[in-house]
Amino acid sequence: MDGETPLEVHDLSVAYHKKPVLYGIDLAVPAGKLIGIVGPNGAGKSTFIKAVMGLLPLSSGWVKVYGKSYRENCRRVGYVPQRESVDWDFPVNVMDVVLMGRYGRLRLGQRPGAKDREVARECLEKVHMLPYAKRQIGNLSGGQQQRVFLARALAQESDLYLMDEPFVGVDAATESAIVTLLRELKERGKTVLVVHHDLSSAKEYFDMLMLLNMRLVAFGPTAEVFTPEKLQTTYGGRLTILSEVVQTIGTVEK
Amino acid sequence: MSGLLRSGKREFFDASHAHPKSRTRGVNSTAARTSAFAPVRIPTLLIFAALVLLPQALYAARISELTDTSLTERAVRFFTFQDPSLRFALLGSVLLGICCGLMGSFLVVRKLALMSDALSHAVLPGVALGFLWNMSKDPVAIFIGATIAGLLGAGLVQAIRSTTKHKEDAALGFVLASFFAVGACLVTMIQNLPDGNKSGLDKFMFGQAAALGRADVILLGIVAVVTVVIVLLFYKEFLVTSFDAAFASSGGIPAQIFHYVLMVLLAFAIVSSLQAVGVVLVAAMLVIPAAAAYLLTDRFGWMLILAAAFGVATGAMGSFLSFVGRNLPTGPLMVLAATAVFIAALLFGPRHGVLAKWWRQRSQSARIGRENMLKAMYHLLEGENFRGETIPIRELAEARREPIEDVTKSVAKLRAHGLVSFSSDHKAAVFTPDGWKRACEIVRNHRLWELYLTHAANYAVDHVHEDAEKIEHILGEDTVRQLEKRLNYAHQDPHGKLIPGHQDIYGKGPVRQGAR
Repeated sequence: MDGETPLEVHDLSVAYHKKPVLYGIDLAVPAGKLIGIVGPNGAGKSTFIKAVMGLLPLSSGWVKVYGKSYRENCRRVGYVPQRESVDWDFPVNVMDVVLMGRYGRLRLGQRPGAKDREVARECLEKVHMLPYAKRQIGNLSGGQQQRVFLARALAQESDLYLMDEPFVGVDAATESAIVTLLRELKERGKTVLVVHHDLSSAKEYFDMLMLLNMRLVAFGPTAEVFTPEKLQTTYGGRLTILSEVVQTIGTVEK
Repeated sequence: MSGLLRSGKREFFDASHAHPKSRTRGVNSTAARTSAFAPVRIPTLLIFAALVLLPQALYAARISELTDTSLTERAVRFFTFQDPSLRFALLGSVLLGICCGLMGSFLVVRKLALMSDALSHAVLPGVALGFLWNMSKDPVAIFIGATIAGLLGAGLVQAIRSTTKHKEDAALGFVLASFFAVGACLVTMIQNLPDGNKSGLDKFMFGQAAALGRADVILLGIVAVVTVVIVLLFYKEFLVTSFDAAFASSGGIPAQIFHYVLMVLLAFAIVSSLQAVGVVLVAAMLVIPAAAAYLLTDRFGWMLILAAAFGVATGAMGSFLSFVGRNLPTGPLMVLAATAVFIAALLFGPRHGVLAKWWRQRSQSARIGRENMLKAMYHLLEGENFRGETIPIRELAEARREPIEDVTKSVAKLRAHGLVSFSSDHKAAVFTPDGWKRACEIVRNHRLWELYLTHAANYAVDHVHEDAEKIEHILGEDTVRQLEKRLNYAHQDPHGKLIPGHQDIYGKGPVRQGAR
């Protein structure tokens, strides 16, 4: 309700072709946390963040960002879409893409200026991509492309970040660069929600976890939520990875 | 009398041909000067080359028009540029080239090329209804009717996509065919009416630039100005919504609205171009110049400029050829001109062109050949424990299992690159400092990679040589540094041979003394 809660979701439901994908999600995300959204394939993880941003129609419920509707506060939200969601042969270079992060702050028809370019350069530097600023985006490795997307989100200078699978298909160097970046964002008081598919690293990376499988199974500090029972409920017992992970948790906790 | 006239005509032809040529030269030198500041030099040159075609089209098109009038009249027309039908045709072609080039660029990058085909066919019933409105070829009525029909078609495609399980391709196919069928029936009915065969509606099928009137050109002008202004004004919004619509929406830029704006502009471009290009082929005028531009640049702004330039050039070429060919349909000729531009881009594009690729491959295989020869020379010196410095050509030929003549030629190529020099009797080769450095690097790359494969990737020792033969030529210095570090600056490869180290390659002497 107040202007300090980065994200508040009440009874959010989404349906594709009348088939429900998300049911009655209630959530209040505290500020300054790294939050992992975890769940099996088709659990609605990406759908959830897209619904939050109004990219999909809600069948019920509402979303508040810093106490106001998403549309009113969309400038305070940064977004990293899935890497596969765009055409990497598009005729733009790295700098062009990062500058797009500034577009939301510009008036309709206003072009990015010298200051925007400076911000874009700084953001590229943070992800170690400044030397590639003039490269066409198709001539980059998967990890580099992901870092370009991160730089674009940084250029948005937002308070709340929504990231869709930023760790998919990236090399080890990029993965650790992203983790460092996430921690840095957190230290600066930003709130970051990350859709994540890898349970084994989820525990290490995030302060809080949101376990999702069409409905919100659990939301809370990682230590409280990352338990065999809750994971079992989330994954419905049909995943072999789960039993493996649960076993390793068991051995660690003894 | 007629023979006299004919010979007079020929003289006139020759004289006027000389004129455009001298003009061409002038434009060319401007192109060369201007290109100095352009970031993409070769595409720029291509634009100017395309623009050079324009004046020629202008002059030649006039000539064909002049054959039926007296000599003085022709001269007056020629120098005063007052033939209205030719002026309208050329101006119209240029304007439609701009509209189609700009809109086509958006279609190509948004993968909506088929949409233009469906839209252009969908407008035909609108054209017929526009004509029926007051039984005349009133450009405004036809424009309105066609735009409505086109947007209706686009809306129907959208509706089929979102309400049925059909995907876009099936929806486009359905709309294209059914609207076109309705239009074809209506046009035939109009032509069967008394006076109907004078309607000129048949020209809407394949286009006739000569049929453009003042009102048509004014309409095209308005559409071109509106298109250019909107694209310039909202370039940023169009760019981000085309590249990543979800991201744009999340940042508060209404991607859907900009999509509709584009569709409306597209409908305008199609409808206003119909008279000149025709229903059947207007989609090609949208797609081909943009597709050619897409091959030539990696920046969207340049793509827009190039596509518009190609559109202008091909539009002018098409109407010129149509004049020369005496009422040949303009649409097919414009499309053929555009296709020629596309093929040129495909062949001669600086980065993605077939020729450029072939050239890169060729120079790379030449480099690999040189490096393999350097490596063979290194191996020979190594076999002598680096005691001597000269490598007899005969021994090199034996090692390479090639005739002495071929090896001499290869060594001569190495010399041309400053990598080796010949001994005074031309029977032996000696490394230059550069050649020695490169030879060491290649051998180092090869052996490092073998070592890496056996150590880090657990390959068997007898499996690594062939892989290293390829990798040695493409390993960059950065990767080499990493490999060296990873392998603890090892001195020996898996076969027990020495790996040249940093000191050996970049240190002083060309010969490494004594193996351990």
